[in-house]
Formats: sequence, structure tokens, C-alpha cells
Amino acid sequence: MTTSSFTPLYAHVHHDPDAPILDVEKLSVDFDGRAALQDISFHLHAGERVAVVGPNGAGKSTLFKVVAGVLPPTSGQVKISGFGPRGHICIAYVPQRSQVDWHFPASVADVVMMGRIGQVGFFRWPRHSDWDIVHSALDEVGMDSQADRQIGELSGGQQQRTFLARAMAQEAELVLMDEPLNGLDIPSQEAILSLLEKLHQKKITVLVATHDLGQAGSHFERVMLLNHRLIRFGPPGEVLNGDNLLLAYGSHAQLIKGKDGSTTLADSCCDGDGDDE
Amino acid sequence: MAVQPWQIPVATGMGMMSNFINILLKPLSYDFMLRGLAASVIVGVVCAVVGMYVVLRGMAFFGDALAHAVLPGVALGYLLSGGSREVLFWWALGAAVLVALAVGRLSKRSEIREDTAIGIIFASMFALGIALISTVRSYTVDLSHFLFGDVLGVSSRDLALTAIFGAIILVVIFLFYKEFMVLSFDPILAATLRLPSSFLTNLLLILMALSVSVAMQTVGVALMVAMLVTPAATASLITRRLWQGMLVAAGIGAVSAVTGLYLSYYLNIVSGSAIVLTATLIFLVVFIFHPHRGYLWKKR
Repeated sequence: MTTSSFTPLYAHVHHDPDAPILDVEKLSVDFDGRAALQDISFHLHAGERVAVVGPNGAGKSTLFKVVAGVLPPTSGQVKISGFGPRGHICIAYVPQRSQVDWHFPASVADVVMMGRIGQVGFFRWPRHSDWDIVHSALDEVGMDSQADRQIGELSGGQQQRTFLARAMAQEAELVLMDEPLNGLDIPSQEAILSLLEKLHQKKITVLVATHDLGQAGSHFERVMLLNHRLIRFGPPGEVLNGDNLLLAYGSHAQLIKGKDGSTTLADSCCDGDGDDE
Repeated sequence: MAVQPWQIPVATGMGMMSNFINILLKPLSYDFMLRGLAASVIVGVVCAVVGMYVVLRGMAFFGDALAHAVLPGVALGYLLSGGSREVLFWWALGAAVLVALAVGRLSKRSEIREDTAIGIIFASMFALGIALISTVRSYTVDLSHFLFGDVLGVSSRDLALTAIFGAIILVVIFLFYKEFMVLSFDPILAATLRLPSSFLTNLLLILMALSVSVAMQTVGVALMVAMLVTPAATASLITRRLWQGMLVAAGIGAVSAVTGLYLSYYLNIVSGSAIVLTATLIFLVVFIFHPHRGYLWKKR
């Protein structure tokens, strides 16, 4: 690691610039014989913003974990820039806020630096250049003034922005966000959505799981409707219509128009905000 | 051997300071006290630092089980060596590493809940250990040494082993600081950064096992978990960063060890429990009086 650029840990990891950033082919995942995901195929191009919509337990988190290379698929394959996901560290996963231990003794800057330890490497400490990257990522999400605070002292929106900064510090090209807007007030949601716009301008591909059909329709180029199978994938206007939603959500579907103009699909069959299988 | 409190001359005027120094210095004139003190401080520091991970990863029950599960290994070594205490450290070490890795593997399978699995292993190993020791006629004395430690019986060789393994543990924690932090805070990030998660997890389990075997002679099996958990829990209340937490926990561990040993000398109580009670007292004081996060603060 004598050069300034990062040398990958895994020699077989390459990026083919012409290949789609994410190419999923005939992907299936079984848990104890039950299919969590069935025969999913799609591909994404660099810089796309895609919303993944589906009822609780539809397999959104599972899809993200397979794409991130955290969970092995039962069959089918996932390619990142033309190569398998195993060695890539250009994929960032932003967890649901409920999945994070907010009492952990770490400052905002510590958490963002965690995104860089792949580049820093074993038996080394972060260099000045790494801290510069951390602080410019924090600056970009408007959090640099909070860098020394403990993460539990932040508001929900600030916590979410910290994790986005971590994805930036990681120099991720594909960012997977699991329900990032859940439980945030409207201004915080707007702040996150405008950060997604920033990522879009940097050609960073973003895959966001969400419950809010209104936002899925207005802030994303394409919407993926998922319920174990890929029901529809295309521009919001084609995907978000009554017939498709009925296919995805079944008769439990119930459209709720919020006062703020949001459209949420209440999924009356199974409550709870996690869709961990 | 121990001086009772009523035997300490009452302090008067000018003599008070020198009297106090006398109280501090007197135990140090015995070599066995010096060795015991050094060993307890090392154990206090090492257990507290490793304990930060035990606390952050919610592994207190695991730590307790690990300590108890060492007993049959020690007992077997004790029987095979014909009552010699020289080799016991290595038997403890072997047993602790074996049990740590076994529980680590077991908890990956989903048929049995992890805490249930630990509960079964913990009690059965402990029972096996006691059964083995009870085959020796003079077992009560030896058993109490295994259970509660025998800090005054620390030989020069024991002290050297404690220092060497304590240093190894601290160096490994220093070298893998950022990796262990990521692994403990966000396992999915560790996976997406392609860190060797199962290697790191096992390494952390081995460090916990080493700490347990190092602490075996000083605090004994029964109170071990307190050395792992109490200083670290106290430090977690008053620090906001992991390395600060480790430093503060180490300080609390060391202070508890020294204070506990003096209390044990003058009040004639078992050293392991004196150390643990001191650590607990520090925890309670911090828990009640700490500004912002303390109990009193929250009541208002």
C-alpha cells in the first residue's frame, strides 16, 4: 500500500466500467425451505435512484443483504460492476435506525471513520487524509459541527445523516438504505431526500427501501415493487397503480393520504417496522 | 498474619500522616503481598479493558459461563499433576479457549437459543469440576482457592505468566482496536468492508478466555464476571468514546485491585470479594451521582 490509491484486499475484484453497477440474475433466497426471495432479476445503472416498495416481510432487507454480499444467495447471482459482490468494499449498507446500538461509546466522527477502515487497512491508524475525508463527508451532510458528539445524543435525522456520511467516507458507489425515512419528521425527511439528490449528482447509485409511496413516486427514477417476487420494476407512473399494488399487498392494502401529501400504504396484516425474516 | 483494625494505633496530631503511610507501607514489606498486589493490578486492568467488549456486546452471561467452565480443566490438571499448582494456569488456559470457541460455534446454530446453550454448558461444566475436585480428600481448601482465588499464593512464576499474558491481551486489543470496534458496533458494516468477521469474533473470544485464565488465581472462578463487567459498566456510564472507556475502566480495575487488597489485609476478608466489592462501590457511586446520566440526575 505504498501508492496513494487504495489497493483492494482481494485481487479478483475489478470494475468493468461498461457493465451495470448492479446486475441481479434469477436470484432466490430460502430460509429453512421458505422462499424469502424468488427468481429476482433486474439491473441498475450508475447514478440511479431506486425505491424498493413492498409489504413487511416482503424480503427487502434480505435483498439488500444479498446485494451487499453479507448473505449468500440460495441460487442465482449478483454482480457488482460485472464481478461478484464478495470482495467489493464499494457497497454501503445504511441500517434501520432501530437496528443500531445508539448507546455505543462512539462519536459522530468515529462512526464515519468506521466506513474507512477498509481503506486504512490492518495494523494501521487513520491518517490525516482519512480524517480529512471524514470531515468533508460530515460537512457535506451538514454534520461537521456535531463531529464530537456521542451518537445517542443526536436527533433521528442527524443519526441518519451520520450514516450517509459514513457511506460517503467509505467511497461507496452503491448505497443501500433500509427504511431511512422511518420515524423522521418532515424537515428531516426532506434533508435526507436532498442528500440523495447530491449522491445522484455524484453518480452514486442508491437503493432505498421505503413505505411511503408518495415519496417513492416523487423522488426516485424507478420503483421496484417487491413481495418475495419482483412484481413490477419501472418508472413510478407505470408501477404505482392500483392493480400492481393489489398484486404486491393483496387485499390488506389500504392507501392513506397524509396531511402533508404523502401516500402511505398501510399494511394491516402485519404491524411492526422491521421486515427481518 | 493479618492485622485487625483495632490493632492499628489511633492516629494523633503529627503522627497521623506517618501513621497513614505506615498503614500503606506495612503490607508491602511482605514479598507475597507485593506479588499479590502486582498480579491483582494486572488482572484488574486486563479484565476491565477486555470487559468493555463484554459489556458492549452484551456477553456478561457468556463471561460468567466461561469462568465457571474453566473449573473442570483446572480440576483435571490438579488431579493429574498430583496436587501441584504449577501447571494449573495452562490447564485453565486450555479449558477456557476450548469452551469459548465451542460456545462461539454453538451459538451460530439456531436450534437452541444462545443463552440456553450457555446455561447448559455453564452448569454442567461447573458440576463436573466440583465432582472431580471432590474426589480428593482435602478438597474443601483447594476448592475454595479455585472458586475465590488465592492472591497471596501468587508465586514469582505465576506473576511472570500473568504479566506476559496480560501484555499479549492488551497488545492484541490495541492492534485490532478499530476492527473490534466495527465488529461490535455494526456487524453488517464489518461484512460489507469484507473484514474477516469470524476470525475476529474468535480472536475476541480467545482474548476473553485468556483474561479468564489470567484472573483465575487472583479472583477465582465465582467472582470473575464482576472483574469483566463492573469496571467496564462504570466506565460506560461516564465516557463517550471506546478508548476513553477502556482507559477509565482500566483505572477503576487497578484502583479496585489495590484498595481491595488493602481491605483484605486489614479487615481479614477474602481478597477476591474485597476487590469485587470495591469495584461495585465505585459503580454505585458513579451510577447514583454522575451528572446528566446518574440516577439522582434523572430523578429530578
